[in-house]
Amino acid sequence: MIRIDGVSHRIGHAPILHDISTQLPQGRLTALIGPNGAGKSTLLRLIGRLEPLQQGRITVAGHDIATTPTDRLATVMAILGQQTAIASRLRLAELVAFGRWPHHKGRPGPADRAKVAQALEAFALAPLAHRFLDEVSGGQAQRAHIAMAVAQDTEWMLLDEPLNNLDMAHARGLMRRLRLMVDEGRSVGMVVHEINYAAAWADHVIAMKGGRVVAQGPADEVLTESLLSDLYDTPIHVGQHQGRPLVLHHC
Amino acid sequence: MDSGFAGAMTRPQTRLSRDALVLGAMALALAALSALWMFQGLGAGNRGFILGLRGGKLAALIAVAVAVGMSTVLFQTVAANRVLTPSIMGFDALYVLLQTGLVVVLGSAGFTGLPPAGKFLSEMAVMTALAGLLFGTLLLRGARDLPRMILTGVILGVLFRSISGFLGRILDPNEFAVVQSVSFASFNRVDVTLLPWAGAVTALAVALAWRLSPRLDVLALGRDPAVSLGLRHRATVLAVLALVAVLVSVSTALVGPVAFFGLIVAGLAHGLMRTARHAVLLPAAGLSAAILLVGGQWLFERLLGQAATLSVVVEFAGGLFFLYLLLRGRIR
Repeated sequence: MIRIDGVSHRIGHAPILHDISTQLPQGRLTALIGPNGAGKSTLLRLIGRLEPLQQGRITVAGHDIATTPTDRLATVMAILGQQTAIASRLRLAELVAFGRWPHHKGRPGPADRAKVAQALEAFALAPLAHRFLDEVSGGQAQRAHIAMAVAQDTEWMLLDEPLNNLDMAHARGLMRRLRLMVDEGRSVGMVVHEINYAAAWADHVIAMKGGRVVAQGPADEVLTESLLSDLYDTPIHVGQHQGRPLVLHHC
Repeated sequence: MDSGFAGAMTRPQTRLSRDALVLGAMALALAALSALWMFQGLGAGNRGFILGLRGGKLAALIAVAVAVGMSTVLFQTVAANRVLTPSIMGFDALYVLLQTGLVVVLGSAGFTGLPPAGKFLSEMAVMTALAGLLFGTLLLRGARDLPRMILTGVILGVLFRSISGFLGRILDPNEFAVVQSVSFASFNRVDVTLLPWAGAVTALAVALAWRLSPRLDVLALGRDPAVSLGLRHRATVLAVLALVAVLVSVSTALVGPVAFFGLIVAGLAHGLMRTARHAVLLPAAGLSAAILLVGGQWLFERLLGQAATLSVVVEFAGGLFFLYLLLRGRIR
């Protein structure tokens, strides 16, 4: 479980998060939703120690992120921020192989190579494995980054808008793979922009607005018409499709 | 799927051996050049003296080459781009400023009277502290902003140079001559008295960089991925900056500031090696720098009879390469 206690955060003078206390349950796929500027990414980055924690306490699977050595944390959780270009000229296979670094610290063994091969295979990257990152499309590079996080083979995976740049097929493929990993016992926390991916695949939803948590709970309890309309300040209709909520917001 | 996958797994192996081959060839070329440097035209008389003289200079050139090549690659890794070099960011201007400051405070007699080794080592320590403070702050905050980095570096460089210039103006001419001798690059007038210390420090820095090289590969991914993979980002950045400061001190103390040489060498290393692994890139940068310096100096000193100066040619070529990189937009 990821436990967040009294976390506040400000960037410069702008308050981003106000005294947030919530939990991401173990063995579940948790989606963070909310309008732009709600503080979803900041919260995820704080959990993943990409930003220094200013106030409050966060534990991941019992490890306090403020006191646990960062290399130890890297074997417990993998975090993928919204991706920025990488300066060094890397092949896809080399990038994915970095996911094993927390485990071997520079001396990969056969088990590491096997995990990397699995991750490449899982994201249909094997045919592109020896292409350079700047020779593939944005979506393919995004899949390579996700594959790296998967190869890290941690109990927790935190993903900040992993569906960016992915086409429908690959977006669904990614969600299915994450679902599979969760069913096998891993835990996933992700910021989702397209709400229907949360509706279709998430177990647990945390809705944020203006730096506060406004609702949390099982997906079908949170994704209701009144709540979503309030959350996004716009009328939203929620239907049903194959027993899961379907959010109609395009018209 | 299967064939692509097999390709992915075998490619790195063949590339590794190709890189090893290139590195081996470079080492051989350097050995040949060194032999040429040492024994060419060696007469019958007073061999010991000539060999000692040539050997000292050869060692100094190689130490400078390794220091410049490695410091540039290391700095480019921390700064996450291929255009910045320590000298563009004003590292060596800082060293010259330190020297000028010492002359002002101690006078030329006091300056030249200082024990060279003690002076060199303490300057290096100050340099490391200052570089960590200045560039550490710069790189750990808002490092992704490349235009700001370049601008800050250029401004810092100009600031250090103009303070040195100002101090030079208020000095009396004799003392200014001392300052001048340390503020221009010359491969002809290598300061051999510092060689044992500079050599030892370089060797130590090389060993440390080698140990760091797997971490450097992770650092090169950028801050977020590096932190996610459990690298102690801040500590690693500061350690690398300290290494850069030490290596720049070595090269600047031995021959003076060389602005664009590092850029050529790092560009060569990246171009020749086609891998991002520092265990390969660092030796490649050191070796190509040594080949260029020893070969170039041999050419200018022995064949062209000092008709031109290596430092000028190197700077000219490096400046052109810098413009090429900027115009091609190859700044990452």
